[in-house]
Amino acid sequence: MSKFRDALASGKFTFTGEIGPPKGTNVGPVIEEAVHYLKDCCAAVNVTDIQTAVMRMSSLAACRMLVEHGVEPVLQMVTRDRNRLALQSDLLGAAALGIENVLALTGDHTTMGDHKEAKPVYDLDSVGLLQAMRKLESGTDLGRTMKGEPNALDGTPRFFKGCVVTPCAEEVEPQIIKLEKKVAAGAEFVQTQAVYDPKAFEKFMKSIQHIKVPVLVGIVLLKNAGMAKYMNANVPGVVVPKDIVKRLADADKKEVKKVSVQIAGELIRDMKGMCQGAHIMPLGWDKEIPNVIAASGA
Amino acid sequence: MIVADRKPLEEILKHVAGCGRILVLGCGGCVTVCASGGDRQAEHLAAQLRLAAKGQGRAVEVTVKTPTRQCDREFLEPLRADIGPADAVISLACGVGVQLLAEVFEAKPVYPALNTTFMGAHTGPGTWTENCRGCGQCVLAETAGVCPVARCAKSLVNGACGGTNKGKCEVSKEIDCAWYLIYKRLKARGDLSFLRAEREPLDWGKSSSGIRRTLVHPELTDTVPASAPAAPKS
Repeated sequence: MSKFRDALASGKFTFTGEIGPPKGTNVGPVIEEAVHYLKDCCAAVNVTDIQTAVMRMSSLAACRMLVEHGVEPVLQMVTRDRNRLALQSDLLGAAALGIENVLALTGDHTTMGDHKEAKPVYDLDSVGLLQAMRKLESGTDLGRTMKGEPNALDGTPRFFKGCVVTPCAEEVEPQIIKLEKKVAAGAEFVQTQAVYDPKAFEKFMKSIQHIKVPVLVGIVLLKNAGMAKYMNANVPGVVVPKDIVKRLADADKKEVKKVSVQIAGELIRDMKGMCQGAHIMPLGWDKEIPNVIAASGA
Repeated sequence: MIVADRKPLEEILKHVAGCGRILVLGCGGCVTVCASGGDRQAEHLAAQLRLAAKGQGRAVEVTVKTPTRQCDREFLEPLRADIGPADAVISLACGVGVQLLAEVFEAKPVYPALNTTFMGAHTGPGTWTENCRGCGQCVLAETAGVCPVARCAKSLVNGACGGTNKGKCEVSKEIDCAWYLIYKRLKARGDLSFLRAEREPLDWGKSSSGIRRTLVHPELTDTVPASAPAAPKS
């Protein structure tokens, strides 16, 4: 049973965190941090799937390790690296390993990562992955028998299916249309791209009032003014307002982490009335997640 | 058209290092239009080969021919007399022509002078851009004439990913986001119904990712191909 699903269903403002598996086999520290800092304050912890196309340990393996340590994971699954056979196979494997929450993503293009020569797969897109999950839940899959009939699964999985959206995209209508399709394809929760502008988020949430799934606003901790400027220049659909950049730039070097946590906390405080939870992406600052939540007053 | 790009001279030279008689074959088809493998480029390559041999103090006889197309047997058969005496043939056709040439003249070493790259359009002076992936299930009628398979870096079927950025693709600020273009055109026509429809995954078995494809127009097949299975006995 997904505690994450239950938390959202209870109507309580729900937090999720995020970890990235290591590039190597040394998975101990990140699991330990998740147990230590995220377990108590987050309903579930996302585990990234070869994030930004930089090769790392599998999300599925790290998710299982979280389960073993009593932390509920959200398995992130991108469609970049596996075709529909492998994706469905891993979904069944996830179900067997006690992993119920799955976040469907397309995934950053291979050329953005550290294996630029890799063959990008993209057999399915994020909507197709949600369709695949729904098929598996109904006891069949995306394929068919030699006679052309639907395949029958021996044991059917159950997932808590999630998707993402970029609320502050320059052109938001296509984002909303795609979100509608993801929800039609079975998405039950939404975690958003990073939001730094509560007013823009409020407008976005009004425009998706007709979409009846819980939304967790995305919060990425800004480690310094340079990162904020970098995100403004390079990360699609992310706008860090000038006053936030200035606060980070003006902060004393020793104080910058504190300021960053404060900014994140204030953002959640300002947006918690608009949505059902917050997805905090600490980018390694896992220890700060409890402080962010405390600063938000939630 | 099929677009191709000249290989570096050094790579071509490696293959014909010991050859005294070389036949350089241009192609009058697509690669003439994209200025990579036509008669002019064949003559240019021939001159480079002669110069390279001269530099090494070797004697080499290089001749140039440019048939109408290399992807059709009827234009290859007449080349038999030219190909016969050559030690090697360098083809400036796309990979299709090179293979047919190698099949028709099986005993003759045939080397490609081009890297075949894509199916594209002439999009600006001296510029060709990929527009089609030959997916075998054309959706251009619904996407306002913009191909999401060829022009979206991820060949998505349900709209832009989160990497769409000010109308450009996440992989490069030089590349338009295909789904942004589709959205804009459909929006201008006042009909976003295609964008709103939940689409199933593509059948990649019909595409170049699948097995080798063959097209047969029965009305044009006046003889039974040698490779066709025998008709069942009644």
